[in-house]
Amino acid sequence: MDRPTRQTRLNGFVDGYASRTSQMKASEIRALFAVASRPEVVSLAGGMPNISGLPLDAVAATVAELVLERGAAAMQYGSGQGDPTLRSQICEVMRLEGIRAHPDDVVVTVGSQQALDLVTRVFCDPGDVVICEAPSYVGALGVFSAYECEVVHVAMDGDGLQPTALRDTLQAIAAVGKRAKFLYTIPNFHNPAGVTLTAERRTQVLDLCRDSDLLVVEDNPYGLLGFDDEPIPSMRATEPEGVVYLGSFSKTFAPGFRVGWALAPHAVREKLVLAQESATLCPPTFSQLAVSAYLSGHDWHRQVKEFSQMYRDRRDAMLAALDEYFPPTATWTVPAGGFYVWVTLPPGLDSGAMLPPAVTARVAYVPGTAFYADGYGSSCLRLSYCYPPPERIREGVRRLAGVIGEELELRETFGANRPGLSRGSARPNTDLT
Amino acid sequence: MTRHHVVVLAGGLSHEREVSLRSGRRVAGALIDAGVEATVRDVDSDLMSWLRSERPGCVLPLLHGATGEDGSLREILELASVPYVGSTPGAARLAFDKPIAKQVLRQSGVQTPASVTLPADTFREVGAAVVMGALVDRLGLPLFVKPAQGGSALGGSAVHSADELPAAMIGCFAYGPVALVETLVVGVEVSVPVLDTVDGPRTLSPVEIHPASGVYDYTARYTAGATEFVVPPELPSRAVAACRRVALTAHDVLGLRDLSRSDLIVDAAGTVWFLEVNVAPGMTETSLVPLSIEESGLDLGQTCAGLCQRAVARASVGDGAPKS
Repeated sequence: MDRPTRQTRLNGFVDGYASRTSQMKASEIRALFAVASRPEVVSLAGGMPNISGLPLDAVAATVAELVLERGAAAMQYGSGQGDPTLRSQICEVMRLEGIRAHPDDVVVTVGSQQALDLVTRVFCDPGDVVICEAPSYVGALGVFSAYECEVVHVAMDGDGLQPTALRDTLQAIAAVGKRAKFLYTIPNFHNPAGVTLTAERRTQVLDLCRDSDLLVVEDNPYGLLGFDDEPIPSMRATEPEGVVYLGSFSKTFAPGFRVGWALAPHAVREKLVLAQESATLCPPTFSQLAVSAYLSGHDWHRQVKEFSQMYRDRRDAMLAALDEYFPPTATWTVPAGGFYVWVTLPPGLDSGAMLPPAVTARVAYVPGTAFYADGYGSSCLRLSYCYPPPERIREGVRRLAGVIGEELELRETFGANRPGLSRGSARPNTDLT
Repeated sequence: MTRHHVVVLAGGLSHEREVSLRSGRRVAGALIDAGVEATVRDVDSDLMSWLRSERPGCVLPLLHGATGEDGSLREILELASVPYVGSTPGAARLAFDKPIAKQVLRQSGVQTPASVTLPADTFREVGAAVVMGALVDRLGLPLFVKPAQGGSALGGSAVHSADELPAAMIGCFAYGPVALVETLVVGVEVSVPVLDTVDGPRTLSPVEIHPASGVYDYTARYTAGATEFVVPPELPSRAVAACRRVALTAHDVLGLRDLSRSDLIVDAAGTVWFLEVNVAPGMTETSLVPLSIEESGLDLGQTCAGLCQRAVARASVGDGAPKS
């Protein structure tokens, strides 16, 4: 007798998921990154800090001392706002960028990623508008998507976010009867664009936001990793009441501890602490005390300078290789700090379509569309110079240039500017060439 | 390492690495549940020396795409003289090249969509516009464009108008240097595994495939819940029987061994069209073969263990290294 027919989607929970998971799908692009992790591949994709220069013996001794002398406290629950001593030390760190803050206004978080999550949780209902740069940090876009926000991108250029574009965007949002909840910005050594918001524009952006009663969320994980000058004063330094500042020890010390923070106006801070308590009860005590002990027992200023010099050498290697190997129709930003170069490909090329042959050629990058909430950015890609040594960076750029050459030939064969060949677009009118 | 230890090879450097790793983890877990000592190992530059020094009892290759399915990994296993599950290098090469497999099946009386196979270089040399025009003239519309080698629908796309063809070609050549352009057959997609047993090859339960998006692409294949599978098929019994016959024919005439999975389409008239056959089919949580195994009343771990026993037995009687 025939078996009865059954229908299955091989997922017993498929009708139970929240609607916000509808975009959580397997993707060809994500699958390719499984290959990028292999040592044969030069990965210029990830933003993993290179912490090989850390004095691990000294860090080990610090952690051992922490366990031996304060182990019971370090492994216990702690305050939802975070360890008071660490919050005082965080204020000292922020002072380097001109911020004068009280430890009571600091909330310690699980990396600055969680700080952004808490800020969005506190401010955004589904459908609320968040303004971001074009392009913007992929991890932030993930948070905004999870809270079902509507992301509106604002154009940038070599000096960072364009104030005129921000003004136009604010007017356009108001014209349709909406109001943005906050501007999310990475003013220093932008991820992924590599550019820095000039001091003059910081003032203009803050003026616009103040006039529009718009909160600024200033994400600054790379601020101390500049190559040339002293740190530019942060936006929070001049606007204590209109800015939530997000900071992190992931790039200046080590990401494995997952310690970041938010500095917020008093009323916002109260909400963030409550949100933190409902999310995690408290940030990890052990990590906080370890970071605190590191800050008090080590010359971390010198360590950050060493990190900066290392990243500068790698940036120089990448820029030299780009100059040598890339076609003249490609352009890229020149970062003054941080981890990333943003490349605009020769006209007609699609960075997503180019990734499979790049992986075949054993080099990986992140396609530009990852940094847009609206599908744009296919004509660009992000290159990271933070992790591979200079000779590998050079080899990776050489391989990628070969792929670009083959893609150009293929596009020429099939007609480079035919409709449907590229999803690239100039909207919003970012100019990072 | 014991002689009976099964090493599941998964990962590799193909575009299907992620799928392969998921397949490997699932099969190794099923083998362990079936009482077999099993581990997963990636393919790297140490593989050959490792195989020679460790002498695993059996290797179960689950690398998808190039190397894993084009016969080259199997040549390595032959050179290392270790028992392994699956088709010989020559048979794998034959099956992995879709145009060649189609030609062999066509000569055996199996229907397969009309097609043209062309490398990217030919478009450059002869001129893409004239070649694409000739393709549409010859095959008509709609078309399906895919790499001549490779799996998981990577690089494949349907073409409903001539304007869409250049983008489809470029998307295809991103995954391989040769394109297979074939007439798009509209119908119900069916997959049919064939399992070698002591009584000869037998088909496992065919599976009807109904992707929610209408296209059985990478996302539909590997997002749990994105595709509805119907087992056994609701298709007329004559069509299902024809599907089984085609899968057995493919397994036979291509000289495949142990396990294969044929991908077919049944059109509105009930005609079965052969698309391709896989010698290292996916074994992930959303893959078709584990579903067929379960629907056929078998256990995945026991089935894989049985294939390993067959491989070990082949090797013990000197049949483990067929030359092809």
